[in-house]
Amino acid sequence: MYNYYLTIVLAPLAAALIAGLAGKQIGRAGAHWVTILGVGTSCVLSLLVLKNMFWGGAGAENISVYTWAVTDGLRMEVGFLVDRLTALMMCVVTFVSLMVHIYTIGYMHDDPGYQRFFSYISLFTFSMLMLVMSNNFLQLFFGWEAVGLVSYLLIGFWFKKQTAMFANLKAFLVNRVGDFGFILGIAGVVMFTGSLDYATVFGQADAVAGQSIEVFSGTPWNAMTVICILLFIGAMGKSAQAPLHVWLPDSMEGPTPISALIHAATMVTAGIFMVARMSPLFELSTTALGFVIIIGAVTAFFMGLLGIVQNDIKRVVAYSTLSQLGYMTVALGASAYSAAIFHLMTHAFFKALLFLAAGSVIIAMHHEQDIRKMGGLKKYMPITYWTSLIGSLALIGFPGSSGFFSKDLLIEAVKESHWHDGASMGDQVTYWIAYLSVLLGVFVTALYSFRMFFLVFHGEERMDAETKSHLHETPAVVTVPLILLAIPSAIIGWFSADAVLFGGFFGDAIQVKSVHDALTGLNGTFWHGPAALVMHIYASPVFYLAALGVIAAWFLYLKRPDIPATIKDKFSGIYNLLDRKYYFDDLWIKGFAGVGRKLGQFLWEKGDQLIIDGILVNGTAKTVGRLAGVMRQIQTGYLYTYAFAMIIGLTALLGWLIWLR
Amino acid sequence: MIGLEHYLTLAAMLFVLSVAGIIINRRNLILLLMCVELMLLAVNFNFVAFSRYLGDETGQVFVFFILTVAAAEAAIGLAILVVLFRNRRSIAVKELNTLKG
Repeated sequence: MYNYYLTIVLAPLAAALIAGLAGKQIGRAGAHWVTILGVGTSCVLSLLVLKNMFWGGAGAENISVYTWAVTDGLRMEVGFLVDRLTALMMCVVTFVSLMVHIYTIGYMHDDPGYQRFFSYISLFTFSMLMLVMSNNFLQLFFGWEAVGLVSYLLIGFWFKKQTAMFANLKAFLVNRVGDFGFILGIAGVVMFTGSLDYATVFGQADAVAGQSIEVFSGTPWNAMTVICILLFIGAMGKSAQAPLHVWLPDSMEGPTPISALIHAATMVTAGIFMVARMSPLFELSTTALGFVIIIGAVTAFFMGLLGIVQNDIKRVVAYSTLSQLGYMTVALGASAYSAAIFHLMTHAFFKALLFLAAGSVIIAMHHEQDIRKMGGLKKYMPITYWTSLIGSLALIGFPGSSGFFSKDLLIEAVKESHWHDGASMGDQVTYWIAYLSVLLGVFVTALYSFRMFFLVFHGEERMDAETKSHLHETPAVVTVPLILLAIPSAIIGWFSADAVLFGGFFGDAIQVKSVHDALTGLNGTFWHGPAALVMHIYASPVFYLAALGVIAAWFLYLKRPDIPATIKDKFSGIYNLLDRKYYFDDLWIKGFAGVGRKLGQFLWEKGDQLIIDGILVNGTAKTVGRLAGVMRQIQTGYLYTYAFAMIIGLTALLGWLIWLR
Repeated sequence: MIGLEHYLTLAAMLFVLSVAGIIINRRNLILLLMCVELMLLAVNFNFVAFSRYLGDETGQVFVFFILTVAAAEAAIGLAILVVLFRNRRSIAVKELNTLKG
């Protein structure tokens, strides 16, 4: 399998290098063929690896490929840990990436940066695979930063667009905040275990949990709690959890294919994957899990609300992504790691689908993204319509769709989680915040999804006549990926829910303490197989909330489109709060960045210009100059003056020698 | 009887005269050269006087060497002076102040 793994990782890298460096020589068609071939190879091999794990019974493999450096007993290696968690992620990443590659042929058709774009997305696939296949923290960090870099490059792909430049800088800077926590977390791991290797670190986890660390002297904290929270801060940056979520909506300035690939399906889920991978560590710190679940709950509910007031088609989907990432994070905090990964997988399919469908609409509308200027697109774009419908239904958890299984079981796992059984007041508060957020989030999800859906595809046609005359279904390179993504979005839950969540699919890859384990408890009580769950939808409030959301969207945006405006006027305070995104942008840009700039301005003007330049550097030079000006008066240039000085000196010296010694 | 101290006094007077000549003179570079020669002669006086006083001939031998070197030095000095005059059309000491800071 060793050669498989190497090929899976290196094929996209090679393709990226060829398309990037020899883009002119191989031309546009050459660029997309070589990258699709590279990613396609990875995808097929990944599926083979998963197949071997699933049906072939192959176990986890931990391979060290190359030792980069050894210093003071710390081994820095490149290696692969391929277990079922990794195999699943590899398949999701390469499959979505392949779909996006194909789709890009249509979407970027006329773009002058065609080859560059293909090179970047292939490079992204390589980085993401390095991240998920890593067997040590160093390589994880490499992948982590590499996907961040490619994300930066792709958000700013149209680098002449001012808003895109702002967005990619914002994404980069916000991620720096998260990565700062992440690297401190890794440093903590190295400090306590002296190793970067997963297996070694997990082996020593219990010993670490027994130690304490004094970050501020006098207040000892549990070492594992500190490490886990720091690692999770990294995940908050990458997976856009509040309050570090601000970069994700702005990242929609990039081309739509990368919104689907990076900012919905794969990169933003890296944080979720990382926490699941670190489950042996997180399990040992209930405090860290509490932190995780609260952050997730806040993100899941409040970011969903923002989706309701957005008018840009991509931003609605972006806020939906934030909200769904919040769901996954809540599952992580409830120790239902498998549920989080399962939702990650289904979300990757249906969210990539929704983004690509949005892109398809944007192509048809000639790059108009405002949903208030759309409407009635159903009859012009049937394939996009039906695939969007499947994606939206999966997103809101329509019975039988993939999102239904993942979200229903996720909510149920949160409901039955160890927080519920917690005796302390804090545990109960945490539980209710988390549970109510994910539950009410269902209604919000249904409302914003179908608000967008109805505004785009139904109702009156609000676009101008010029656009309308050109409306038609997008070409096959766009619609085929939509269909291929719609299939797993619709049906994958039927095959995989039982195995992934209850079949012990992940084995040792995810470790849950038995007191934290809610999922196993569901097996047999709540879960009797997929068909039974679909039959018993009426038993859970989730279904009613989703239905209510759809009905509300239908009533407000199709039946009585005048009502939203009235609501907006009546509750202008709340509307403004949502419209300004809870003032988080102001907090970061005017607050932190503004104060930072002011401080920088002060240090530059007073510290640099005045003290260092003015007083120390130029001041010294000026003092020397002034002194020299005085001394110069002595230098007359006349020989006799010098001779006289010599005589005086000689006499003084002689006098000293004769009389004073 | 003329003793050592008379010679030394004479030499000291010559030396001080020449030093004063160097310092006071502002017009003629030739005078400077002459003053330098005079200094050397004052020193030679000391050599000869001490040589005689101590009964050691070495001092007188040194005087020959010094006279020779002084002659060569005067030749070089005058040569430089001629070149300087050609360039500047003047040998006035107060005009030679290119070293002024």
